[in-house]
Amino acid sequence: MISLNVNGKQREVDVSPDTPLLWVIRETLGMTGTKFGCGIAQCGACTVHLDGTPVRSCSTLVSTAAGKKITTIEGLSVDSTHALQLAWITEQVPQCGYCQSGQIMSAAFLLVRNPNPTDEDINNAMSGNICRCGTYQRIRRAIHRAAQTIRAEA
Amino acid sequence: MGTATNLTRRTFLKVGAAAGGGLVIGLYLPGLLKPAKGQVGVFAPNIWLRIAPDDSVTVLLTQIEMGQGVMTAMPMLVAEDLDADWNKVKLEWVGADKAYGNVNMDGDQTTAASQSVRGYWKPMREAGAAARAMLVTAAAQTWGVPEESLSTEKGVVTHTASGRHLRYGELVEKAATLPVPEQVSLKDPNNFRLLGQPRARRDIPAKVNGSATFGMDVKVPNMLIARILRCPVFGGRVASFSAEKTRTIPGVRHVMEIQSSPSGAGVAVVADTFWAATKGLEVLDVNWDEGSLATLNSEGIRREMAEATRQPGRVAQNEGDFDRVFAGAARQLEVAYELPYLAHATMEPMNCTADVREDGCDVWAPTQSQTSAHHAAVRITGLPESRVKIHPQYVGGGFGRRGEADYVAEAVEISKAVGRPVKVIWTREDDMQHDYYRPVTYVRYWAALDESGMPIGWKARIMQPSIFSRVAPVVVERMGVDPISVGGIRSMPYDIPNRRTEYINYLPGIPVGFWRAPGGSVAGYVTESFIDELAAAAGKDPYEFRRQLLDKEPRLRGVLDVAAEKAGWGTPLPRGRFRGISVLEEIGSYVAQVAEVSVAPDGKVRVHRVVCAVDCGWIINPDTIEAQVEGGIVFGLTAALHGEITITNGRVAQSNFHDYPMLRINEVPEVEVHILPSTESPGGAGEVSTPPIASAVVNAIFAATGKRIRRLPIRAEDLRTA
Repeated sequence: MISLNVNGKQREVDVSPDTPLLWVIRETLGMTGTKFGCGIAQCGACTVHLDGTPVRSCSTLVSTAAGKKITTIEGLSVDSTHALQLAWITEQVPQCGYCQSGQIMSAAFLLVRNPNPTDEDINNAMSGNICRCGTYQRIRRAIHRAAQTIRAEA
Repeated sequence: MGTATNLTRRTFLKVGAAAGGGLVIGLYLPGLLKPAKGQVGVFAPNIWLRIAPDDSVTVLLTQIEMGQGVMTAMPMLVAEDLDADWNKVKLEWVGADKAYGNVNMDGDQTTAASQSVRGYWKPMREAGAAARAMLVTAAAQTWGVPEESLSTEKGVVTHTASGRHLRYGELVEKAATLPVPEQVSLKDPNNFRLLGQPRARRDIPAKVNGSATFGMDVKVPNMLIARILRCPVFGGRVASFSAEKTRTIPGVRHVMEIQSSPSGAGVAVVADTFWAATKGLEVLDVNWDEGSLATLNSEGIRREMAEATRQPGRVAQNEGDFDRVFAGAARQLEVAYELPYLAHATMEPMNCTADVREDGCDVWAPTQSQTSAHHAAVRITGLPESRVKIHPQYVGGGFGRRGEADYVAEAVEISKAVGRPVKVIWTREDDMQHDYYRPVTYVRYWAALDESGMPIGWKARIMQPSIFSRVAPVVVERMGVDPISVGGIRSMPYDIPNRRTEYINYLPGIPVGFWRAPGGSVAGYVTESFIDELAAAAGKDPYEFRRQLLDKEPRLRGVLDVAAEKAGWGTPLPRGRFRGISVLEEIGSYVAQVAEVSVAPDGKVRVHRVVCAVDCGWIINPDTIEAQVEGGIVFGLTAALHGEITITNGRVAQSNFHDYPMLRINEVPEVEVHILPSTESPGGAGEVSTPPIASAVVNAIFAATGKRIRRLPIRAEDLRTA
């Protein structure tokens, strides 16, 4: 049994310790907002936070996540009202939507560290996340919008 | 479904009371006969809509939502002519049901080829208009007033003279008893209330919190997970395999050879979890019979195409006398362009969940085609069509890949064999190495120029693996050419006399399939590169040269002028930046792009800005068009800058995003979209912006460096100066 803290809840999982965290989240815990895209940490669709830092869960062993706080897209806000989620809707960012959980999780970390990112900061923080539909321009706009909201509320 | 055989009216509407006492309208258009198949008397019916006493309007949706916005655009079409309250409009997806076939897709339920709006806008609007007419009649009879004295807005019928109102929900019972109008008239585009205004997409809220369910996310009780080891060489077979080690992996339940996948032979490992299946797969011992393609290489394919295109091809077009004017021309030009195989690389790898039982089968598929998924499942299960249910899911990127049903066939075969629901999951490597690729292409061009340098003859010879040779060989037999291969090249719009187009089909054995603008992505690159070469040969400005030769093409000229103007064509740019231009028609829409590009001394190309003008007829949801145009440019630019699938010993050399890279946020240009107002019928929006971008960029590179890029993708080594 491996003990995980996912979105603030304690979960015991009976999985092989070499299982990637992604598949434990998706299959064992049944939370499918975190996506499988490449399996080798190239696309970012599987991004979750581990103790507040983004990791590619496809390439993170479940055993290394034990005892750390795991946050998935489902735990980013209680009612889908994180400033980024609202900005994503206002800017009508997603197309197919498959990569967007990972995009939002990467952006969330950026805004925690840097509430007023430049385009260059956004490039640096987001270039690990691929969007095949090409929504990047709107992702950029939505991050700026969310940053503004967060600064206004601060 | 009912069929009507003796229709004299323009439309025939079938009306009945819905369960729950609503108004149900099904619309059948005799104009949708499919004489091509010779099925006289068979009608391709259209939409259903339901209005309930609680005022809700349920629109049944046959198109698959893959980010192109059909979940919003389709109900907008119904709601416009119905004068519905947008907030009361609900959606219901339909599975495989021939009644919903797209007349523009040969009656298939396939969401592709920019044919959702084009194939359905008219029946959907007519269904809305017919329902509205009946509701108005019901109100007129209720109040004893003339229909002409009534108006409708937001789901309410109003008698202005007396100030009386009735909600649609209050009228459904009476409306359901009324005769069907013999004719319905559609609103003039100038009177649109919903259409043409930006509207928030209905699928987006679920896509920002992880709750949208893609095929990959389907959960069925008692489900197993399967992974498949496929022969790396196309056309290879399993000679023998040993599952001994695989069976020792905890969680592995079954190991079986699969037969039915068109993607090739393989061995499936079926397990409790993805990880158990993966570990089982890693220790599987398979001996492959690699077959006849085991010596096939990209270099050989290139050489063969370069050689074969020295000989004439099948004539696809012949106007005037090219040979005569070419022989007597003041100047002759001959160039060749090459394009590689390309993968789709949808973010969601292929997958499918199937539950095959003795008496039925359910398939949860992230498919673009209920029809092809249904065919595959019926074929493999042997069950009656009515016992096979297709449950469409959100699709994590389609781009044509998901019109295929190879992954569906696998899930159905395995579930049938193991007697439990099974989800087949492809990895990124599986997905990239067992795709149906955008075909490799070789195009030679010849032009004859007069003394002033203006073109008086134009010839194209295209060599390309035909997609239709696989999916509809009869089309190639009948036409002698593949329409995808020759279409956009043959219909080159410039006013040049003496034109000839030739085609050579080439089938080296690599599977090819539909991609985002499969023909246009090739035609746009070669045609708009060559016309740019002709402009340079004539010593003319590339924009003015195109403009001059498009004087009979007002819509092309329209977008060309807007793109040039908004991009500031001819005005100074920051140091090191240069412009390239491109214009074309794609699936009934017209598009022009100006790209601003710089080339670094190491040959690296940077695209800074793209200005795009598009005319796609009257508009449904302008924000969606803008989004599609932005995304289509990124898609085309990814191919132009990075995209190349190569073949080594019969197998795909690339495997994942490290060697088949996608454009990332730090590489994307600023994209500016200008939508031209129009009252013409809608054209496509999902594919329109992909074809012009490669040529706009290579034409800008020519402006910057004097070098012509005649082979994609653009290679830094061809442009290095330091």
